[in-house]
Amino acid sequence: MPILKSVIDTNGEAFQANDQVNRALAAQLRERVAAAALGGPEESRKRHEARGKLLPRQRVMRLLDAGSPFLEVGALTAHGLYDGEAPGAGVITGIGRVSGREVMIVANDATVKGGAYFPLTVKKHLRAQEVAMQNRLPCIYLVDSGGANLPHQAEVFPDRDHFGRIFFNQARMSGDGIAQIACVMGSCTAGGAYVPAMSDETVIVRGAGEESQGTIFLGGPPLVKAATGEVISATELGGADTHGRRSGVVDHVAVDDEHALQIVRSIVANLNTRKPDQVVLAQPREPLFDPEELYGIVPTDVRAPYDVREVIARIVDGSEFDEFKALYGTTLVTGFARIWGQPVAILANNGVLFSESALKGAHFIELACKRGIPLVFLQNISGFMVGGKYEAGGIAKDGAKLVTAVASAEVPKFTVLIGGSFGAGNYGMCGRAYSPRFMWSWPNSRISVMGGEQAASVLATIRRDGVEARGGEWPAAEEEAFKAPIRDRYESEGDPYFATARLWDDGIIDPAQTRDVLGLSISAALNAPIPETRFGIFRM
Amino acid sequence: MISSVLVANRGEIARRVFRTARRMGIATVAVYSEADADAPHVREADQAVLIGPASARESYLVGEKIIAAALQTGAEAIHPGYGFLSENAAFAEAVMGAGLIWIGPPPAAIKAMGLKDAAKSLMQKANVPVTPGYLGDDQSLEQLQAVTKDIGYPVLIKAVAGGGGKGMRRVDRPEDFAAALASCQREAAASFGDPKVLIETYVSRPRHIEVQIFGDSHGNVVHLFERDCSLQRRHQKVIEEAPAPGMSAAAREAVTQAAIKAAKAVNYIGAGTVEFIADASAGLAPDRIWFMEMNTRLQVEHPVTEAVTGVDLVEWQFRVASGEPLPLTQDEIQLNGHAVEARLYAENPAAGFLPSIGVLEHYVLPGGVRVDTGVEAGSEVSPFYDPMIAKLIAHAPTREGASDQLAQACAEVEIWPVKTNAGFLARCLDHPEFIAAEIDTGFIERHLDALASTPAPSDEALAVAAAAALAEGDDDAAGPWKGLTGFRMNAAPQTSVRLFLDGRPVDAPLPEGDIEADILMTEDGEVVVFEGGETYVLATRPPLRDLDDMAGDAQVRSPMPGKVVAVAVSVGDAVVRGQPLLTLEAMKMEHALTAPFDGEVEALNVSVGDQVSEGVTLARLKASS
Repeated sequence: MPILKSVIDTNGEAFQANDQVNRALAAQLRERVAAAALGGPEESRKRHEARGKLLPRQRVMRLLDAGSPFLEVGALTAHGLYDGEAPGAGVITGIGRVSGREVMIVANDATVKGGAYFPLTVKKHLRAQEVAMQNRLPCIYLVDSGGANLPHQAEVFPDRDHFGRIFFNQARMSGDGIAQIACVMGSCTAGGAYVPAMSDETVIVRGAGEESQGTIFLGGPPLVKAATGEVISATELGGADTHGRRSGVVDHVAVDDEHALQIVRSIVANLNTRKPDQVVLAQPREPLFDPEELYGIVPTDVRAPYDVREVIARIVDGSEFDEFKALYGTTLVTGFARIWGQPVAILANNGVLFSESALKGAHFIELACKRGIPLVFLQNISGFMVGGKYEAGGIAKDGAKLVTAVASAEVPKFTVLIGGSFGAGNYGMCGRAYSPRFMWSWPNSRISVMGGEQAASVLATIRRDGVEARGGEWPAAEEEAFKAPIRDRYESEGDPYFATARLWDDGIIDPAQTRDVLGLSISAALNAPIPETRFGIFRM
Repeated sequence: MISSVLVANRGEIARRVFRTARRMGIATVAVYSEADADAPHVREADQAVLIGPASARESYLVGEKIIAAALQTGAEAIHPGYGFLSENAAFAEAVMGAGLIWIGPPPAAIKAMGLKDAAKSLMQKANVPVTPGYLGDDQSLEQLQAVTKDIGYPVLIKAVAGGGGKGMRRVDRPEDFAAALASCQREAAASFGDPKVLIETYVSRPRHIEVQIFGDSHGNVVHLFERDCSLQRRHQKVIEEAPAPGMSAAAREAVTQAAIKAAKAVNYIGAGTVEFIADASAGLAPDRIWFMEMNTRLQVEHPVTEAVTGVDLVEWQFRVASGEPLPLTQDEIQLNGHAVEARLYAENPAAGFLPSIGVLEHYVLPGGVRVDTGVEAGSEVSPFYDPMIAKLIAHAPTREGASDQLAQACAEVEIWPVKTNAGFLARCLDHPEFIAAEIDTGFIERHLDALASTPAPSDEALAVAAAAALAEGDDDAAGPWKGLTGFRMNAAPQTSVRLFLDGRPVDAPLPEGDIEADILMTEDGEVVVFEGGETYVLATRPPLRDLDDMAGDAQVRSPMPGKVVAVAVSVGDAVVRGQPLLTLEAMKMEHALTAPFDGEVEALNVSVGDQVSEGVTLARLKASS
């Protein structure tokens, strides 16, 4: 395979300047992730531990196989929202290995408002289930939650993608043979009671004390008393003995968290499933170039051009890249490579999309789908080319071909937002709406319908046209005052943290970890068989 | 010279005797019990005869069967080794009566030395110094004060009928004597109904010094210098060395001459050992070493003498038994360097030295030192015989060199799953007081806590285990889920793996780079790591628990395989914590199993005579509410 060459000067001024900024961004990312990973306030964590319970992240880590990676989804969900009181939206979701098998773990964090479901907690839980569904990953729910967050009930309860969808998904996945395993390690109240009840196999923690650590009930003691006058303790109502010996809601009773997690591991070991063998794997090899050089390569200004092959060279095995149509439609780089030994078909932006680039991309996606090769999109796009010549040349229908190809492709798709993501370029490059199996963003990325400056200019032009049509005059200073807040708004809403907080992606990643995150993502996705693609009509 | 020899023994000593026999062109005959059918000593002999079932009482201790085996195979001589029938005068007589050559001292010498008290008076008559003391009928204060003055302070006043420390007084000064005597006599009268006391010199820092002697049928007796066997646990020798550290020329002259006198007094022929007790409170002094007893056989620890003298003692035994004179004169026997021996036992020091039995799945002994062992990888350590499985002997120009080498060797012992005292031995040898030769028979007891407890494994050892744990279930070693060990997004990778050592979690650092080590894994996926003579079994998962655990540890399980010899309770009995429930016999020792808490016996799963394996639930208790 041809090996990519790198022409960067690591001692150059531009490299050094980029390096400094991007490293700072990566450091900021690590800090924010570390802060969110702590969970709720120290006081709640101490209280939680004092009850003999493991912290939710410890539960996840103890559940995993020794040395297993953890591919966390939505680590910064709810970042900066709910007054900062819901780090990670109060739930940890991610993929790890349990008993040699990749599984999706959904672990409530009771140290965050008792593990109650905020709107984004629901969204994150559903996203985790979607990942599990698409990739056929057994689901393990480590339940420790008081249920819906009552003040937010209108955004949590009634709609299609609200709380009820969790159980809908459980039933559908169970039907599809995607194991649903619940481990009740604390409260599991009201609707939440359906998480274990709807699971294939269920564990509850009794704990060391008089009161059962895990409880499951549709209505807690206060509600029972209010409704029927019955006075009953939580343990008697829904503790380990009630459900383990009498109701049959749980299948296994554990002494403590540690014991419960071992039971879950045994359950997974008994699933009798195997990862399908559907792609030709090779021995993984490191790239020839240090991934940390990405810090110096990626420009601090998303508008500044650079050769995206420098990025590819730091992501793919051996920096080997078989480029397809290298001389045609050059603003989109396409080619085959391997990431952690797994074959991938890469599409990467190298400028604005023209008709040729779009056609090339559509053709390339057809190749990948025919061959069953996962697609990786490295998205850095200001959009499709605009103007009379291009509209007349059919940029809209050529763009549509690319969008059709992306939308139709059934091979696993992976998108990394490495720079800007503006306008229809987002669609053509497999934005969130196009259901990539995973979507990751770099800390330097920006996402919005158009750039803040363009948006401000467009709106200002319309306004100026209106003012001038009425014979008025719009001084430049006023125009600037009009544009500034628009720019600011686009700036803040285009920020990757704004995006990730709302689960527009699956997480912001350190550019230097791109290869590893993609390697794990692809491997996890290959748990599901790759279906045949049926493309929609390509407008000719 | 004899042409063939039967060894009436097993294990390392049988192999040891065969080794020399082979070198000298003497044909070899082994005897063995059913339990030893596959033992190396059987395989290595030219001929082997089955003499009975596993129990020694029905095999190795049955003289007739052994003599019959010798006659049947045409063996000319019988070598008894040590233990078993080696000091049985009747057996020696029977061997000779059958027209066979007895490789050992004359039966009369065995008898004379066999009765310890009689031997002492015999030695006293022969002018061999014995521990000063008085055991007379005159129990008046005046008489006792007078004899004590002769014996010299400090002394012990002991009840003649006493035992267990009762009725015993140590007296350091004459002015305290009367009061101590009176109280001792009162206690003796009250406890044993007999106020009679004896007086003995008090040895404050006793050292066990013994002299190897050799006599021939031509009236020659030589010594092959002394050994120090002060490192003992419950009178069982653990580490022996030659020569005794700190032995002055004068003290050596005194002790070796006393030994020769002792041997001559009983017309000794062959290899023998005269044991002495020395008071080392002010170093070894010629007048502070006293005769204790004589062992009329080859000793377990004979290799240290062989190392420092260059003499093959078994060869000498063959020669002397064949009527030859001793190969060397006293002047020709020279001391060369220092040798230390450690006895490797199948036992668990961390669990009160409980014997450990089973198959030696992994058995790797170090090179660079002399190793005398009766077993090999795959051998089974059975509960029927002595748990000693090997002796390691180091020889170097200096004591420091030899003990250093031996400590190193003990630390390199790799045995699993049978537990051994290798780590304990290494720690004894590395102990600063041992290195400084500040030893006495109380050494091990004094330092027992530090010596017997297993230290935590090092990070290096844990890293090996971590590497193995990671390789576990390596179905797709190449993929990212295996390749990205400990990967965390936007964070440093996890740098340790949680492993379980005896059920307790330990953080094992992840190895940096590849670890090149032969890793032993159990069928249950546990990693076995050897370090410092210790064997660490690390699991990747916490121990399995069952629902019963939730009621507290109500199960009384067998701590080792063994036979139930007594059941002290019945179902329904109320018991209190610590009350004996059952008695298990294993390795010729009885082990009482006691109630873990106050409660009621809910179930009894065994009865007297049952053979049980380790970990079996023998009884279940219900806690009293």
